[in-house]
Amino acid sequence: MARIVVDPITRIEGHLRIEAEVQNGKIVNAYSSGTMVRGFELILKGRDPRDAWAFTERACGVCTTVHALASVRAVENALGIIIPPNAELVRNLMFCAQYMQDHVVHFYHLHALDWVDVVSALKADPNETSRIAQSISSWPKSSPKYFSDLQKRLTAFVNSGQLGIFANGYWGHPAYKLPPEINLIGVAHYLEALEWQKEIVKVHTIFGGKNPHPNYLVGGAPCSVNIDEANAINSERLAMVGQLLKDAKEFINQVYIPDLLAVAPYYLDWAGIGGGLPNYLAYGDLPTNGYADVAKFKFPRGAILNRNLNEVLEVDGSDAEQVQEFISHSWYEYSDGNDVGKHPWVGETKLNYTGPKPPYEYLNVEEKYSWLKTPRWKGNPMEVGPLARMLVAYASGRKDVQELVNSVLGKLGAPVTALFSTLGRTAARGLETILIADWGLEFYDQLLANIKNGDTRMFNKDKWEPDTWPGEAKGVGLSEAPRGALAHWIVIKDKLIDNYQLVVPSTWNASPRDPKGQLSAYESALIGTPVANSEQPLEILRTIHSFDPCLACAVHLYDEKGTYVHQIQTF
Amino acid sequence: MVQKPLTIYENMQMQGYSRRDFLKFASWLAAFIGVEASGLGSIVKAMETKSRLPVVWFHFQECTCCSESFIRSSHPIVSDIILDKISLDYTETLQAAAGHQAEAALHETMDKHKGEYLMLVEGSVPTEEDGIYCCIGGRTALDIVKQAAADAKAIVAWGSCASNGCIQAANPNPTGATPIHKIVSGTPIINVPGCPPIGEVMAGTIVHLLAFDRIPQLDGLGRPKAFYSRRVHDTCYRRPNYDAGLFVESFDDENAKRGYCLYKMGCRGPVTYNACGVTRWNNGVSFPIQSGHGCIGCSEANFWDNGPFYQHLASFPGFGIETTADDIGVVLGVATAAGIAAHAVSTNIRKKKLINDEIEKNRIAKIEKEEGGL
Repeated sequence: MARIVVDPITRIEGHLRIEAEVQNGKIVNAYSSGTMVRGFELILKGRDPRDAWAFTERACGVCTTVHALASVRAVENALGIIIPPNAELVRNLMFCAQYMQDHVVHFYHLHALDWVDVVSALKADPNETSRIAQSISSWPKSSPKYFSDLQKRLTAFVNSGQLGIFANGYWGHPAYKLPPEINLIGVAHYLEALEWQKEIVKVHTIFGGKNPHPNYLVGGAPCSVNIDEANAINSERLAMVGQLLKDAKEFINQVYIPDLLAVAPYYLDWAGIGGGLPNYLAYGDLPTNGYADVAKFKFPRGAILNRNLNEVLEVDGSDAEQVQEFISHSWYEYSDGNDVGKHPWVGETKLNYTGPKPPYEYLNVEEKYSWLKTPRWKGNPMEVGPLARMLVAYASGRKDVQELVNSVLGKLGAPVTALFSTLGRTAARGLETILIADWGLEFYDQLLANIKNGDTRMFNKDKWEPDTWPGEAKGVGLSEAPRGALAHWIVIKDKLIDNYQLVVPSTWNASPRDPKGQLSAYESALIGTPVANSEQPLEILRTIHSFDPCLACAVHLYDEKGTYVHQIQTF
Repeated sequence: MVQKPLTIYENMQMQGYSRRDFLKFASWLAAFIGVEASGLGSIVKAMETKSRLPVVWFHFQECTCCSESFIRSSHPIVSDIILDKISLDYTETLQAAAGHQAEAALHETMDKHKGEYLMLVEGSVPTEEDGIYCCIGGRTALDIVKQAAADAKAIVAWGSCASNGCIQAANPNPTGATPIHKIVSGTPIINVPGCPPIGEVMAGTIVHLLAFDRIPQLDGLGRPKAFYSRRVHDTCYRRPNYDAGLFVESFDDENAKRGYCLYKMGCRGPVTYNACGVTRWNNGVSFPIQSGHGCIGCSEANFWDNGPFYQHLASFPGFGIETTADDIGVVLGVATAAGIAAHAVSTNIRKKKLINDEIEKNRIAKIEKEEGGL
């Protein structure tokens, strides 16, 4: 049996290593390892809770803002702060902008090269390329001349002998199935998307001052509205947001989605590969009636076990029996044994590297092999991310989601079960982007309506000053990062952070085995994945990239003591 | 057949840019990097004759915000230049190859272009426990950075992580996170701090290296003078409010709605050297202060440990200018005179040293207090 090592996994955020055992051309066993650690929670201890958003936001610069959002919610939850409706809308708009940018960048810049053969595009007929492009979309950049110019540029690039980011790719691999013309469309839109993505993030710049890493604020949003002032959110700023949202919707509907639908039919075999875990978890997000009213979230909250779409189970972040983390295969130690699970409010950690001394060839996968801990929901390994969100929404009876999913599956002639796969994951990401583009405009209209009605409030100052806080408090902030369910747990004592913990999407998906030997999502999804050439692990990248890995925030460590606190806020 | 590498000008022609576009870009570039009109010819010549610079981009302890910021660089032609004029042979974020093939691409560049490649580093390097807190391809970041640095033409340390350690180096720095300049010696290093740095500043730094084949003028901390010689406070469009004693007293109050100075909300503009007030963010759309939140000082070393973000600077004893500013808020009558006096003091370099000393003293006191409490 051959053991393949892919390290680094590229086109992701962070440092991920996959070791896989291959037998008869298929993966029979897989191990996922995070190989970098920074120590966030130790650093947060003793800080002002109002500063935590800035620290945790730096957990990830790709899905920037999501940790800031989870963090301000955790603090607001702990202190009982209700934010004004406009601040919720601004957060929602920033959320939507992040999703649109992140999902498009993932599709074109992190995932597309697994499906699109750049070198094959050199052989495309520009006239035929133009015909195909115009048959799938009304996007204006589609003339034969446009594709022919691009092809010349690409040819010169390849002939220069300096392939740059395309060097040593798996070009010509038998698993590439697209005709040269669709490859050329893919390359064209790779470059266009690179230009486009820097536009939509300006929504963050307007409300948060910069991107990546815009500013957030406990109690609301830092920007003020004053339609009669140049130095505030006024009609010019709002008009820019509206235009950005409209342009983004057009790009998504005219470029991203048509490309996704044009590529998918050539890879329908991948609707039967990479399914992995049968369990899905979503915390839900995008409040339309305040963060406390979970039933009114655009993305519903819930869990699905054993792919049973007839039942959505209730999820509670403050329930000590629900979310727990294990370390039996992670480079940490617990004071009361290697195999126990701990709820984040009482989590503990001590770094304990027991892996091989670098440079190493293989990890000792029988023992500890990752800096990621292993989270479980009621003891079950769960997949999180776009697929989990779409399935939970579908199973919860959300009409907009059901109609969209059914219509796309209909077009592809695929059953609902096709979603439980590598292709399904990639498709679900596209589907939710369509919804997000519409929702963003709804939130925008609502913000305008509020301002028109005279409500310009952005901040609730009632509990801003620490002397208004109780001696001890704890809270949870739940959110949906583009990559899946995200939660921060905070314990505040004497006005300072006593314990702070993050359980993030890639920790759910990329973690090592638990004490029962249950595999997490990546490891599980890789089993059964074909590998045509172990020197060119293209198929491994397809399945791993379908999750959109983001490792920097998945690895962190916890305060060693769990402190009893009397005040418990639920959400 | 492999042809001779294309020059920057040839590459631009391939993309359909006219000679006029090319010259426009060259003159923009000249202005961007502060060259006199008479020097324009040398830029044009350099770009007509140079092939693509081999570049390797490393990721260590980081969050990839620098890469993300880099691709936000706004002037359209610049992103083409960056993609097509340098040869980005290794980057975990964007490259097609993974695993062995990615490492092979890295080593091919390092061997073939020994002493000629540009090394870009995003992230700090953990040094505790022999560096096992960050491994790539089974090797420690520490090992990788030392090897790659030895034969690099120059190093650009992107962002605060690589320049000063940033968040993972914040107290108590659990993994021994260390900036590049404390690990590497003998190779020129350009520090481009910020969390992240502004995209156009990153592009501008590369473009400078590309066009002139030499590193830009650096300050005492190794930062390009073009972008880090002014305090955010000195280039802030809200500065007149500061000088007039007009301050935001609480987020979203009436003064916030008028865009008054955010100094009392903890703004670090007075102690932060960066181009935010001039270049602004995301093609000049805004910057933190313009959007209502104070600067958190993300381009300064140890900014995470320089006190809570919403505690304003006067809370640091000995920080004369801010004590003055506090008085301004109270006694409006003397605001203008005091503001001018404060201004004069604030631009004094000696004062900056005092401020930094004070911050360092506070930081040490904080660590000592915590250690004493264990």
